[in-house]
Amino acid sequence: MTDIRKLTIRSAIDGLRKKQFKAVDLVHSCLAHIKKYNDEYQALLTIVDDAILIKNAEEIDATDYSLPLAGIPIVLKDLFSTDGLRTTAGSKVLDTYVPVYDATVVTKLKDAGAIIIGKANEDAWGHGSSGENTDYMPTKNPYDQSRVPGGSSSGSAAAIALGMCLAATGTDTGSSVRLPAAFCNLVGLKPTYGRVSRYGIIAMASSFDTIGHMTKTVYDNALICEITAGKDPFDATTPDVPVPQYATKLDTTLHGVRIGLPKEYFESKGMDPRVRDITMNALKQLEDLGARVTEVSLPHTNVAMECYYILVPSEISSNLARFDGIRFGNGRETFGAEAKRRMMIGTYALSAGYYDAYYKTASRVRTLVKEDFDGAFTRVDVIVAPSSPTLPFKIGEKTNDPLAMYLSDIFMCPVNIAGVPALNVPCGFVDNLPVGMQLIGQQWSEERLFAIGNAYEVHTNHRS
Amino acid sequence: MNDPLSAKDIQHIASLANLLIDARRYKLYASQLSTILAFVSKLQKIPTNNLEPTAQVTELTNVYREDVVDESRMLTQKEALRNARKTHKGYFVVPALFEQ
Repeated sequence: MTDIRKLTIRSAIDGLRKKQFKAVDLVHSCLAHIKKYNDEYQALLTIVDDAILIKNAEEIDATDYSLPLAGIPIVLKDLFSTDGLRTTAGSKVLDTYVPVYDATVVTKLKDAGAIIIGKANEDAWGHGSSGENTDYMPTKNPYDQSRVPGGSSSGSAAAIALGMCLAATGTDTGSSVRLPAAFCNLVGLKPTYGRVSRYGIIAMASSFDTIGHMTKTVYDNALICEITAGKDPFDATTPDVPVPQYATKLDTTLHGVRIGLPKEYFESKGMDPRVRDITMNALKQLEDLGARVTEVSLPHTNVAMECYYILVPSEISSNLARFDGIRFGNGRETFGAEAKRRMMIGTYALSAGYYDAYYKTASRVRTLVKEDFDGAFTRVDVIVAPSSPTLPFKIGEKTNDPLAMYLSDIFMCPVNIAGVPALNVPCGFVDNLPVGMQLIGQQWSEERLFAIGNAYEVHTNHRS
Repeated sequence: MNDPLSAKDIQHIASLANLLIDARRYKLYASQLSTILAFVSKLQKIPTNNLEPTAQVTELTNVYREDVVDESRMLTQKEALRNARKTHKGYFVVPALFEQ
């Protein structure tokens, strides 16, 4: 029987076109893994009905598989509106909400031939870095059941690792694609802000939210980015920047590429020395491939988190105001504790008497953080940093201390503040737990990130 | 401004945010929010008066479209009401604002 776990998007499309198997076989493999693992790992909150999945697969099997993602099973984070399919945002507020339209990205994936398998579990509203803030049962890390898969796109990452799909979408506002990708040994893209349409995707912080995705390989990731990226008339924050054919531009030489190591990240006290060692080893491999590594400074790293945790809750408090329990959803008393905390912090930071000291100050600090990156990119082409200061942590380890949870994102948030793209690339294991590194580029440089990631992946092989 | 929040502060903020917080939880939220606010208050020490604020990073301004109706994007009345808890003859039912 066809086993999804042994396939990538590239090998699946190849196999379909060579008639080695059918889309129906891929669907059956996904369903078998869902049946085997979903109760235990809680990756998916909603699964598309078997009969519909088979019918969609048969429709693809009646074609010549010429569509770019023909027959590819994909899971969507539950922030993505899907017409006729329950969308919860990981929250009890929306536990029976069924959208009446598709998000732009959903339409694009379907038009490309992808088969939507189901909706992934997540930290409610995107509020979290571990998956533990879901209002449902928390997702477990497929590499170690006692540990978190990372969040907030927790179920998306687990679903790929468990063989329920070949790719999964996510959102990244402060880490939420890159961290679960790192914790589950996947390639995860946070694109440039505005690269991918946010239309139809339940908003967390509108000037930070980016629409990303996770895959097993860099090629697969580049292929999906070709489909999802692009100006959308329904999202006024998508500039008119052309979309390269990312998957065809993965050359394998790194010669002359200048890599920057942010000294503030590597000097950080909270970093597990084993994570540092693995990252430094990966950098050495990049040097072997022709890259030149130099130190750069991002001096406002030490205030980026503070800036983030004023601006983001402020935008959250505004975006979640629409959930009034009247037009859709349950009443506001159904919000979980973390959502309430963030809404209250945001309300406070925006309220009369406090707006200048908190929100306005933070927006000015945002300028400083962005300028750090602009400055660094005049000297280097890409910045490399660990995606997480620690290995995937134990379930329950950080849940009593909201601040400790926020600090898991210390290498991540600055990227969202600046609006630049970043790609998580698996770079090794410690005690069988995955470690990932971030490749961070200037705005619109996804092409270069994919090329570097691909060269690294071809040279090494960290897919377990 | 940097004093820890009290239970009364939480009550006020919650009402501004239209959130119902169980009074037994006021102290816990006050403590958690105070910790977070103490953390973010570090920003006040940075000299920022001469800086421009950054609202968004796309540098787009005034993105317009033609003022025409796109029927393909319109919801029918039925679709618009589909997820409402209470409806009445094609209307959303809202909580009473005035008492008789």
